[in-house]
Amino acid sequence: MLLINCPWCGARDEIEFHCGGEAHIVRPEQPDQLDDAAWADYLFMRGNPKGRYAERWVHSAGCRRWFNVIRDTTSHRILAVYKPGEPPPDLAEPSS
Amino acid sequence: MKRFSFWSVARNALSSHAHWPRQWRSPEPKPAYDVIIVGGGGHGLATAYYLAKEHGITNVAVLEKGWLGGGNTARNTTIVRSNYLWDESAALYEHSLKLWEGLSRDLNYNVMFSQRGVMNLCHTLGDVRASRRRSEANRLNGVDSEWLEPADIKRICPILNLSPSLRYPVMGATFQPRGGVARHDAVAWGFARAADACGVDIIQNCAVIGLRREGGRIVGVDTTRGAIDAKKVGVVAAGHSSVLAEMAGIRLPIQSHPLQALVSEPIKPVLHTVIMSSAIHVYLSQSDKGELVIGAGADGYNSYAQRGSFHVIEEQMAALCELFPTLGRLRMLRSWGGIVDICPDASPIIGKMPVDGLYLNGGWGTGGFKATPGSGWVFAWTIAKDAPHPINAPFTLDRFTTGALIAEHGAAAVAH
Repeated sequence: MLLINCPWCGARDEIEFHCGGEAHIVRPEQPDQLDDAAWADYLFMRGNPKGRYAERWVHSAGCRRWFNVIRDTTSHRILAVYKPGEPPPDLAEPSS
Repeated sequence: MKRFSFWSVARNALSSHAHWPRQWRSPEPKPAYDVIIVGGGGHGLATAYYLAKEHGITNVAVLEKGWLGGGNTARNTTIVRSNYLWDESAALYEHSLKLWEGLSRDLNYNVMFSQRGVMNLCHTLGDVRASRRRSEANRLNGVDSEWLEPADIKRICPILNLSPSLRYPVMGATFQPRGGVARHDAVAWGFARAADACGVDIIQNCAVIGLRREGGRIVGVDTTRGAIDAKKVGVVAAGHSSVLAEMAGIRLPIQSHPLQALVSEPIKPVLHTVIMSSAIHVYLSQSDKGELVIGAGADGYNSYAQRGSFHVIEEQMAALCELFPTLGRLRMLRSWGGIVDICPDASPIIGKMPVDGLYLNGGWGTGGFKATPGSGWVFAWTIAKDAPHPINAPFTLDRFTTGALIAEHGAAAVAH
């Protein structure tokens, strides 16, 4: 069970949240000019690293706002929480 | 390979079973192989076995980073069925089910395949409509499927709570009588023993740390036990599919999630079929030891840690108590998690990769065990002939570009 530090509400139990998958995926600026491969990359292809992963979470049972989390997928340890639109923080190596 | 028979069992019984030979060798890796299979779970071992049996390719190594069947093969809830919606999936899973039906004899190893039937419960009108449609689609594809009204369900499974006062009452079910369960460890061991007898080298404690390429072609692998050359490499790494693909610079649409399961204390026989409920979400069967084997939904976040969050199990227990009030006082013995590789359309990727000589069999998500023999059979064909069999031809990586997805979220039965 994760303890997630919502940037607006503070630390809450994981059951209040939903994970929204990989963060920082930007919708293409000119979608009408994309070919099939570029659409596939935008819609379906995802990073799936064993280690640090930047992902989106939403505080569904709280403030209902989205934010970003950097979490280690081997230890479930949350390394950083930051608001949408902010760049991912520069974390010192190593992750664990 | 020393064959198992009535006489060999009787003879060894006289010496207290102390003189059985080892079931497979533990060879040192050779410098080069025709084919290397990365991953010694059920699917990888089945691939190696069918490469040798169907295609005469025996200069094969299976590289396993841990021990045989120590990953998802030993962590699933052992359910076997083929009641998938689309023609492509029905062909794949039904091919597998037909192989299951002769598997113990084929491998000379008792995989304890028990066709006790699989029942998928419906709790809402939408559930009923989707399930009846799937059931009719199954029949058109030659997959056995029946529609059960609550009275029929009561006859097959008397301990199920069919009260209309449930929050989501049971409104009916689809039933596949040929479905059932198999002994998961025996599947890995049976394939390993049979592949080894054909000359396949099974190398455990040997993790692949790199895929070596020259001029857009695979030439071998780097492992924790040194470099090994190979003309072809088949990746069957389940939860680690993305990690292996990344070694060859390939991005996949796969996300790795924890999927949890647990078993109860053993009790006398109360359940002689498999019950699955997608809507309120729990699925269970009773093992030969008497334990109830119970599966949960996938956790929402990515993980490689082989464990999930407790609230997932809590929700699954709530569903169990609702459907089976008589099991409410049962104690649970242990729970565990496996890492499942989930595709956006809940169907696997089985085929050639953009690098010559590299093949991938992954993305089975929450339901790969049932496909073990069929998956190995079509993947062996694909590697041997450098082209997919018609059964796995639709299951390409390219389908995410063309849009020809095979959406099986309904039939997958596990929420994710």
